[in-house]
Amino acid sequence: MLIPFSTKNCFQLLYNLKVPAAGFKNTVKSGLILQSISNDVYQNLAVEDWIHDHMNLEGKPVLFLWRNSPSVVIGRHQNPWRECNLNLMREEGIKLARRRSGGGTVYHDMGNINLTFFTTKKKYDRMENLKLVVRALNAVQPQLDVQATKRFDLLLDGQFKISGTASKIGRTTAYHHCTLLCSTDGTFLSSMLKSPYQGIRSNATASIPALVKNLLEKDPTLTCEVLMNAIAAEYAAYHQIDNHINLINPTDETLFPGINSKAKELQTWEWLYGKTPKFSIDTSFNVLYGQSHLEIRVFIDIKNGRIEICNIKAPDHWLPLEICDKLNSSFIGSKFCPIETTMLINILRRTSPEDDELHSKWNILCEKIKGIM
Amino acid sequence: PFRNLIQAPEHSFPVVLIIIALYVKEGDTVSQFDSICEVQSDKASVTITSRYDGVIKKLYYNLDDIAYVGKPLVDIETEALKDSEEDVVETPAVSHDEHTHQEIKGQKTLATPAVRRLAMENNIKLSEVVGSGKDGRILKEDILNYLEKQTGAILPPSPKAEIMLPPPKPQDRTIPIPISKPLVFTGQDRTEPIKGFHKAMVKTMSATLKIPHFGYCDEVDLTELVKLREELKPIAFARGVKLSFMPFFLKAASLGLLQFPILNASVDENCQNITYKASHNIGIAMDTEQGLIVPNVKNVQICSVFEIAAELNRLQKLGSAGQLGTTDLTGGTFTLSNIGSIGGTYAKPMIVPPEVAIGALGSIKALPRFNEKGEVYKAQIMNVSWSADHRIIDGATMSRFSNLWKSYLENPAFMLLDLK
Repeated sequence: MLIPFSTKNCFQLLYNLKVPAAGFKNTVKSGLILQSISNDVYQNLAVEDWIHDHMNLEGKPVLFLWRNSPSVVIGRHQNPWRECNLNLMREEGIKLARRRSGGGTVYHDMGNINLTFFTTKKKYDRMENLKLVVRALNAVQPQLDVQATKRFDLLLDGQFKISGTASKIGRTTAYHHCTLLCSTDGTFLSSMLKSPYQGIRSNATASIPALVKNLLEKDPTLTCEVLMNAIAAEYAAYHQIDNHINLINPTDETLFPGINSKAKELQTWEWLYGKTPKFSIDTSFNVLYGQSHLEIRVFIDIKNGRIEICNIKAPDHWLPLEICDKLNSSFIGSKFCPIETTMLINILRRTSPEDDELHSKWNILCEKIKGIM
Repeated sequence: PFRNLIQAPEHSFPVVLIIIALYVKEGDTVSQFDSICEVQSDKASVTITSRYDGVIKKLYYNLDDIAYVGKPLVDIETEALKDSEEDVVETPAVSHDEHTHQEIKGQKTLATPAVRRLAMENNIKLSEVVGSGKDGRILKEDILNYLEKQTGAILPPSPKAEIMLPPPKPQDRTIPIPISKPLVFTGQDRTEPIKGFHKAMVKTMSATLKIPHFGYCDEVDLTELVKLREELKPIAFARGVKLSFMPFFLKAASLGLLQFPILNASVDENCQNITYKASHNIGIAMDTEQGLIVPNVKNVQICSVFEIAAELNRLQKLGSAGQLGTTDLTGGTFTLSNIGSIGGTYAKPMIVPPEVAIGALGSIKALPRFNEKGEVYKAQIMNVSWSADHRIIDGATMSRFSNLWKSYLENPAFMLLDLK
């Protein structure tokens, strides 16, 4: 639904924010710089959605600065099982988010700056935006060797990627967002972005690994705060507007009516996992049986995040065929999700004959299957 | 430097698009500016909207397909005029957009369907209107100007037209009489197959139904327990544990089960053998986003109230994070359902096979009661509803167990005597 909500209305609402009077002159003519006070990836992505859907950007482009607590953000058309280590993320409490723009997977933490350039569709120009970022970086550190590539990445010293880009184009508006690495935890992110899941066959957009580096490693003065201010200043100069960063609260419904439901939608299972393009898994795992190992083959087809075809093949002498068949048919239609799997197997166990050996096999099978989700 | 920080997609040919979302299907009616689909083109996700009003006759792609610039995306059939009056027929309007390629079938005119509809609504023959657009194309303004000349008034625009209209002149404005429309409810029923977890629930419930349940309800006066808990809460908190009423309910149940072990038993499928379980693994029914889940506290018979509380904290934390393990979810022998935390007084809980009994606890309410002296006092009352498998448990057993459990909770000091 399109609610006509011009930038002018937004300004009037922003006037009500506690903004220091000194820096606040009535000069916001043709542009706006916003910075989120929240580090919640879903709330911040919701701000992007909101601006994209509701603001009239004609002659009034917007720059949005944001940072997130540790999260992995996948592109619209990607497969989270293939892109990151979901088990590890669950253990460490790292959020998974799926953004609405295309492209590959990124790891965010407070050492990474996100920049979103909102314009009308006509004024959409990714290279212009990246050149602006390079100018800002060079304003802080003139010796810094940063260049934009043809694929809209930013490279440091010609080899280290410090920024990746993605964008979303609507009917009349568009946005281009990119990351900027200042001081992100390298070991953490390497482990999060390494998928342990084997045997996935999918047409989803695959990410391309790259050699990366933090700007802070190159020059200790390049902190997130310094860089955000530098980019804001450059944006203000370019658009001839007041260099003033407006802090916004992404949960404020008076400023952004309807934004909380947008944030909620971004957290639903249907969005995060259900939007994965259909894929199949062809893998196996081993179970201990007496003195030997038995191989259990797994063939699963998943569509919209739910199991369409399930074929878990265990040797007949370990698990009777009818029980295996029961398991396979129960999984059909179920979410490809460890929580739902636990509950499902639990229920199956209750309705099976009471047999300690069988029950322990159910347990083992359950843990193994959950392991591939 | 570290690898795998920022990753980019492998597609590097801008002309190749992937259909990543489809908002319409064949047969759907669309209006101008409605979203048809979303395509991904090298890191950019692009929304494609309809240029016309009409009905989707054919969709050339499915979700996840690769689409090509210059090839047809969708066929939209525009509405034919109802009148048999001639309309201006023209060469088909084919758009060669960067990203879309829409073809129109049906009546071809020098006006968009929205304009044609506006003309039709006002009984205007398009042939009588002078088009001011390119190639004599008739625009909305042309229709309105024509009307203005005819009637001397400007009609209020339809919602979609608002975007393209010039602002109305105040002095000419006449407000039309609003026509009241009958209220129409357009909600539709939705049928979907029961699948996955819910299907499994159906199986369990079917198994449960085979058990002949009998119910037994009673009222418990928790006035003393409420006071006791208030005293103990800060001590438990100091030890890092949140103390609710549940640990007391569980311990009292376990003490009761020691006297009535048949309630902690299990029968096989054909009800031929009964197994008296040694451990009291008491399950707590928990309501999570996924649905009802029943983890259990192991060996309540050897745990102190504090230990039970700590274990409940752990299970609750895992439950809300969706991380309950197999061990926590299996091996239960008896279940308590705290539906009272949501609301309600009485319940008829369903036994979870292979168990034979279950208790549902209502909410704790302040109610007036009489004491031994016949005086009215403010009592904290909770109702409990038990269900048991009538094939092996009789009413008397259930009643005695409930009375014992109740007496422990009504006089917590009494628990001390039998505590193991």
